Amino acid sequence: MGNKQTVFTHEQLEAYQVGMMDQAIGGLFYRYQDLAPQLVPLDYTSCPDVKVPYELIGSMPELKDNPFRQRIAQVFSEDGDGHMTLDNFLDMFSVMSEMAPRDLKAYYAFKIYDFNNDDYICAWDLEQTVTKLTRGELSTEEVSLICEKVLDEADGDHDGRLSLEDFRNMILRAPDFLR
Amino acid sequence: MKRPHRAEEAPGRRRAQPGQKERAGGSPGSGSPRRKQAERRGRRELLGDRERGSAEKICRGRRKKDGRASLRKQRAPSKKEKEVRRKEEVWKQLKKHRSSSMASSTSSGESLSEEELAHILEQVEDKKKLIASMRSKPWPMSRKLAELREAQEFLEKYEGALGKGKGKRLYAYRMLMAKKWVKFKRDFDNFKTQCIPWEMKIKDIESHFGSSVASYFIFLRWMYGVNLVLFGLIFGLVIIPEVLMGMPYGSIPRKTVPRAEEDKAMDFSVLWDFEGYMKYSALFYGYYNNQRTIGWLRYRLPMAYFMVGVSVFGYSLMIVIRSMASNNQGSTSEGDSDNFTFSFKMFTSWDYLIGNSETADNKYASITTSFKESIVDEQESSKEENVHLTRFLRVLANFLIICCLCGSGYLIYFVVKRSQEFSKMQNVSWYERNEVEIVMSLLGMFCPPLFETINYHPRIGLKWQLGRIFALFLGNLYTFLLALMDDVQLKLSNEETIKNITHWTLFHYYNSSGWNESVPRPPLHPTAVGIEFMRLTVSDMLVTYITILLGDFLRACFVRFMNYCWCWDLEAGFFDISGNVLGLIFNQGMIWMGSFYAPGLVGINVLRLLTSMYFQCWAVMSSNVPHERVFKASRSNNFYMGLLLLVLFLSLLPVAYTIMSLPPSFDCGPFSGKNRMYDVIQETVENDFPTFLGKIFAFLANPGLIIPAILLMFLAIYYLNSVSKSLSRANAQLRKKIQALREVEKSHKSVKSRATARDSEDTDKSNSKNDTQLTKEGTAHHSASQSQTLDQKAQGPGASSSAGKTVLPASQHLPVSRAPGVRPDSGQARPQAHPWRSTSGKQAWRPPH
Repeated sequence: MGNKQTVFTHEQLEAYQVGMMDQAIGGLFYRYQDLAPQLVPLDYTSCPDVKVPYELIGSMPELKDNPFRQRIAQVFSEDGDGHMTLDNFLDMFSVMSEMAPRDLKAYYAFKIYDFNNDDYICAWDLEQTVTKLTRGELSTEEVSLICEKVLDEADGDHDGRLSLEDFRNMILRAPDFLR
Repeated sequence: MKRPHRAEEAPGRRRAQPGQKERAGGSPGSGSPRRKQAERRGRRELLGDRERGSAEKICRGRRKKDGRASLRKQRAPSKKEKEVRRKEEVWKQLKKHRSSSMASSTSSGESLSEEELAHILEQVEDKKKLIASMRSKPWPMSRKLAELREAQEFLEKYEGALGKGKGKRLYAYRMLMAKKWVKFKRDFDNFKTQCIPWEMKIKDIESHFGSSVASYFIFLRWMYGVNLVLFGLIFGLVIIPEVLMGMPYGSIPRKTVPRAEEDKAMDFSVLWDFEGYMKYSALFYGYYNNQRTIGWLRYRLPMAYFMVGVSVFGYSLMIVIRSMASNNQGSTSEGDSDNFTFSFKMFTSWDYLIGNSETADNKYASITTSFKESIVDEQESSKEENVHLTRFLRVLANFLIICCLCGSGYLIYFVVKRSQEFSKMQNVSWYERNEVEIVMSLLGMFCPPLFETINYHPRIGLKWQLGRIFALFLGNLYTFLLALMDDVQLKLSNEETIKNITHWTLFHYYNSSGWNESVPRPPLHPTAVGIEFMRLTVSDMLVTYITILLGDFLRACFVRFMNYCWCWDLEAGFFDISGNVLGLIFNQGMIWMGSFYAPGLVGINVLRLLTSMYFQCWAVMSSNVPHERVFKASRSNNFYMGLLLLVLFLSLLPVAYTIMSLPPSFDCGPFSGKNRMYDVIQETVENDFPTFLGKIFAFLANPGLIIPAILLMFLAIYYLNSVSKSLSRANAQLRKKIQALREVEKSHKSVKSRATARDSEDTDKSNSKNDTQLTKEGTAHHSASQSQTLDQKAQGPGASSSAGKTVLPASQHLPVSRAPGVRPDSGQARPQAHPWRSTSGKQAWRPPH
C-alpha cells in the first residue's frame, strides 16, 4: 500500500478499483511504466498527460503474437491510433481479464473485428479477419467463400453485414467464447 | 480531503475532467470540457454527451439504455438538454436548502417535500446501482472515473438529506456502514481471487501453450482440492483419533512388529517397501483395533472408520457429478455449432491467451487447416477413392490394439501370479519383488504411443486414443485386482487353519512373552492389499517423474545443445495432455480403491499431487514445445469427468464387494471379530441409540420398504429421463424449424434481389417455394397464410434476440412453430398465428413486394 500511495492518491486508487475488473492496479501500473520508463512518471497524483506509443504496447508479451494486436490497441486507445494513456491501458486489461462479463467482451470483440469503424462488420472486415487469422495463406476464392458463409450464418437481418446485435447473438452461443 | 487535490488539476488535461465535472453538476457552465471532447472525437461525442445528459438527469431508463443503447446513436439531445437544465435548477435549490439549513437537521427535512424526497431517494438508488455496475460498462476509463466521481459526490451530498428528524442520523450511519460493507466485500473478493493456488503458474503456462495444456493443470488443481477434502476426512476422523486415543504401538500383536523382523524394521529399504514399522502403523487397515470405543471421548472408531470409508465414495461421487452438471449448464446447446461453423471459426478460434511465438505459429497453421477442412466439408467433395483403404486401416489398427490390450492384460495376470510364487519364496531379488509394478508402469509407458498410429479427425482421434489408453489402464487395473483377489481367497482358506494356531500362540505370547519362530504370523491380508496399492502409487509417481526427467528434460537439453551440430532438425517433446490426464484419473481410481485398506494412501496422494504440480509445471515450461495442433479446451469438457466417474464407479465395485460379502479378517482391522463389516452400524444402533430409534432403523431396513423405495426411484428416473428426452426432441425440432426458416429466408433474399424487375412472377415463385416447404412439413394451411406465418416465425428469433437474450427462448416459439409440423390442422395453430400476423407479419411480408 505504501508503495502505491506515492503513485496514486487514495481516492484515485479507490476510483480505479470500482471501475476495473482486474484488481491489481498497482501491478498494472508498473507494467505500464515498464513499457516506457523514460516517458511515464512514477507520480500519478497530478494526472500527467502521457501516452505510450503503439510500438511499445504491441510488443508486450500478451499482445505481441496476437494477430489483432493493432486493432486491440486502436480500439482501446483514445484517438484510435494505438497510443495509450494509463487509463486506456487499464481499460484494456480490465476488459481482457477473465472476470469481465461476456456481454462486455462481446461488445469489445465486435469493435475489434470492425476494422473500418463503421459499427458494422462488413465483408471487407471479415476478409481482413480471415487474412489476419491465416496469415494470408488462403486463396482469395477461399477467403471470399468463408466470408460469404459467415455472413450467411450470422446475418440475422440480411443486410449483408453484421450488426452488433447479430454478432452478439452469434458469439454468445459459441462454446469457445469464454475469455 | 478532495479539495486540494482537485485544485491542483490543470484544466487542459483529460484527467482533469472529473474534477470539473463535479462542478458541472451544479452550474450550467460546464461547456468547456464538453467542447473539448467534441473536438477530439467525432462519433463518440454524441454518444457520450447524451449519456452524460441522462446521467445528470437521472432517469429510470438509465439501466435499460446502458445495456445496449449506448452504441446506438439516435435522437437529438435538445429536449433532454432542457430537462437537464430544469433538473439542475432543482438541484441548485436543493443545495441552497441544504447549505442554509445545515445546522438544524429538522428544518431541512421539512423543507423538502415528499415528492422531492422520493425523487432524491430514487436518484440515490440509481447512483448506487451505477457504481455497482460500473465495472461492466463498455466505457473508457476516463469516462468511468468521471461518472464515478459524479455519482459519489451526489451520494455524499444527498444521502444525508434523506430520513427525517431523529431517523436522519441513523440513516446516515446506516449508509456509512453499507459503504464500509461494500468496500469490505470488494476487498474480500480481491483476497479470494488472490488465494486461488497456482493461479500465476497456470496463467504462465496458458500464455505459452494455449488453454488446452492449462486445462490439464486446472484439472490437476481440482483433483488436488478433492483429495485435500478426502485427506481431511480420513485424517481428522480416523487416523488422528487413532493416534491420539487408540492403544499405543506395541500393546497388542497387530500393532507390533514381529520379533523376527524387528532388527530390520527400521531399514530404509524395508520402510521403502512399506514393510517393517510402516506396515504396523496407522497408515494401514490392519493396525486398527476392534475396540468399540476409544479414549476418554469414547470415540467409536470402527463406526467412524466405516462411515468415513463410505463417505469418501459418497463425497467423490457427489463432487464429480456436480461438476459434470455445472459443466452441462454452462454449455450452450451443441446444435448451435452446426449453424455457425464458419462464424465460430472466424471469431473464436484465436486463443487470446497465447503469448509465445512458436505457439502462435502453430495456431496460425491449425486455424488455416481447420478453415480448409471445413471448406472441403462444405463442398462435399471428399476423396472417395481413399475411403475403403482408410476404413481397412482403421479396422486393422483397432484389431491390433485389441490384441495389444489382451496381451497386456494377460501379461499382468501372469506377472501377478508369478509374484505370488515369489512371495512364498524366501530370498527374492529386488526385481522379482517389484515385478508387478515395473511391468505395469512399463506397459503404461509404451502402449499408449502404439495407439497413436491411426489418424482420425483430431478431435475424434483424441477421444479414441483416450478411450483406448483408458481401456488399457482399466484392464490392467482389473487384472491386477483379480489376481490380488485370488491371492486373498487363497489366504482366506489358509486363515481358518492359522486361526487356531494363532489363538494358541497369542495365549502363549501373553504368558511367556516369547515368540516362537515356527508359528506362522497372521497374514494381515487387508494390509497386504493396502501395501500393494501404496507401492503401486509410489512406483507410478516415480516412473512418471523419471519419465519426465529423462524423456523430456534430458531430451530438451540434448536438443538445445546438439541442434547446432546435428544432421537433421531435432525437436523437443510435446506435452501429452491425454496421457497425463488419464494417468491422473487412473491414479485417482487406485486411491479410491485403496483408501479403505490404507487410510494413509490419500496423504501420499496429496503429496504426490502437490509435487507433481510443481514438477510438471517446471518440466513443461523448461522442456516442452507446444503441440503442432493446438486445441482450445472448451470448458464443457465432460469427457474427462465422464471417465473419472467411470473409474470411480469401477473402483467402488471391489470395495463394496469386500465390505458387503467378505468376512473381515479375524485378527486385524477395526472390524475383526465381526461377521460382516456393516455389522458395525447395527451394533451402534442397538447399543447407543434409544430403542425406538433402533426399531425405526429396523423398520427402514425392512425389504418391504426398501424395494418399493427403489422402485419409486427407478420410476422417477424413468419419468425424468422421458421428460428430458421429449424436451430435447422439441429442441431438435425447433432447431430444424429454424434451419428451414433460414433457408426460406435465404431464398426470399435471393428473390428480393431480383424482385426489382419482376413483381408478379416473384410472388408466384416464392409461393411455390413455400408450397414445397409446406408439403414437406405436412401442413394443410393455405399457402399464402403459411408463407406469412413462416415469415413471422423467421422474424421471431430476430425480434427476441434483439432483446439481448443469449439463449433461444424456446417457450415463446413453441406453440407457433410446432403447430404446423406436429398437429396438421388443430384449432390451436391458427388463433395463435393470427395475432402475430396482424402485428408484425405485414411488416415482414411487405418488403418483397
